[in-house]
Amino acid sequence: MPYLLLVPVVVVIGAILGYPIYNLVRLSLQKYDLFALLQHHGEYVGLQNFDTVLHDAVFWHTLLRTVVFTVVNVGLTIVLGTMLALLLVRVSTWVRLLLTAGLVLVWAMPPVVGVQVWSWITNSDNGVLNYVLGQLHIGNFFQHDWYASPFWQLTMVTTLIVWEALPFVAITLYAALSQVPHELVEAAEIDGARSWRIFRDVTLPVLKPVLLILTSLSILWDFGVFTQVYLLIGPGHLTPANYLMGIYVFEKGYASTDFGLGAAISILMLVAVAAMSVVYVRRMLKVGEAQ
Amino acid sequence: MNRRRSRRLGWDALGLLVFVVMVFPVFWMVSSAFKTDDQITSYNPTWIPLHPTLEHFRGALNRPYFWTDVKNTLIVVAVTVGVGLVLAFLAAVALAKYRFSGRAAFIVLLIGIQMLPPIGLVIPLYVLLGRYGEVNKLTGVILVYITFALPFAVWTLRGFLLGIPKELEEAAMVDGSTRLGAFVRILLPLIAPGLVATSVFVFITAWNEYIFANIILHSNSKQTITLWLTNLLGGGRNVDWGVVMAGSTLIAIPVVIFFLLVQRRIAFGLTAGAVKA
Repeated sequence: MPYLLLVPVVVVIGAILGYPIYNLVRLSLQKYDLFALLQHHGEYVGLQNFDTVLHDAVFWHTLLRTVVFTVVNVGLTIVLGTMLALLLVRVSTWVRLLLTAGLVLVWAMPPVVGVQVWSWITNSDNGVLNYVLGQLHIGNFFQHDWYASPFWQLTMVTTLIVWEALPFVAITLYAALSQVPHELVEAAEIDGARSWRIFRDVTLPVLKPVLLILTSLSILWDFGVFTQVYLLIGPGHLTPANYLMGIYVFEKGYASTDFGLGAAISILMLVAVAAMSVVYVRRMLKVGEAQ
Repeated sequence: MNRRRSRRLGWDALGLLVFVVMVFPVFWMVSSAFKTDDQITSYNPTWIPLHPTLEHFRGALNRPYFWTDVKNTLIVVAVTVGVGLVLAFLAAVALAKYRFSGRAAFIVLLIGIQMLPPIGLVIPLYVLLGRYGEVNKLTGVILVYITFALPFAVWTLRGFLLGIPKELEEAAMVDGSTRLGAFVRILLPLIAPGLVATSVFVFITAWNEYIFANIILHSNSKQTITLWLTNLLGGGRNVDWGVVMAGSTLIAIPVVIFFLLVQRRIAFGLTAGAVKA
């Protein structure tokens, strides 16, 4: 009986995911260009695609850039998210309700809409960011172009991604904070412990399992990010100097219609992601088996 | 006591500042959508348009393909939610009510799939859909969306099913009902909120999706609403920001409404079990 219930899901996943993943391996061993796509038939070339990728300096630079980008984005998301959750505990009830409502609103924004709003705010001609920074006397930002260099392009993507990710992290951590034993915190306060020590020795151990899951989820999302990078930097402004892994796959495989090479890059990317997701999957499996 | 109060005041001030910074982009989107072109192109911003205009909303609705793409999106979303939920529900029942060998492997499969970056599967899916003539067709997008929605939907529905006390189900069976009868009369009403919440989340992911829509749907008349919105920018310098912000607002509204309705119920889907709220 349970197997009968599972059949439809397994069939759909097998056909739309299992088969393509098998096909991905086959494609990666073929020369598969636009012509091959039309013929539905590629030419077997062995490991040549992998050889090309692994000897491509752009691949290694992109990988390094993606790792740095992921570390920065995840670090900012988790640290700021934790601070926000701690702030939610400390404010008055009405401020907490207001702030939570605001966070949920931001959480609900479609990513594509987020990109459009960011483009508008950071627009060099009449974006409100340049005006505000000028008014605050931080410097002269009149017609400042925020996308002038790869570093700044990726920095702007970072601001967008952290903004979008913060609500989920902060609200989840706030829920977890309710499990911190009150008596322990009070006892520590009476003993005269500094707030940093209370956080480290009382609060952090309670948050640890949740932080672990949030961190691994964020790593996976940020490592494979595509939409925000592609749209905020703009399809016309993507160069090997600002590629992240997701963009590299897209440009090399899909946009240049070299599907074999793209498949090889996809495999390398998926293997990296699979390795990183072990922690998360194991944790969730424990949850699934316990119930 | 006084020190404590002033400290609380400080936290409140900080909380309000964070609120302003976080919400500002959303506020700016809505506010800009109602401004006149002069107010938008001026370097000195108008914070709140005192004489709001609907000109840009009209502009957005009259842009080519808006209604076509809304219709396409609704078709895609409706089929994805309908088919996806039925399939997911069956599997969720299996996971929640039975112990069977291969159960752990199935859970790993579900969670593993959710971890895969969609962009890593673009190449083989494009080639596969091309082989079966599903490129540039809504059905191609629908198939992909259903597949990616299934793991999340199964996992979430399973959580809702587990929340139903076994005694209720057993009581119904003692009364002489069959398993199916017990299901229809007892389980279904109890699971209804879970089905609604899961549907809404599948709806939102399909509505927001960009990557696969972008590679599968080429012609303007066959696109979804996210592609319509990104096409407004067009890459040129002369962007009509008023229309872009009005369009963004229109596209965000349904998502925000639905999200607010179910966020509490399902917010922890991805961390389910790890956080005992």
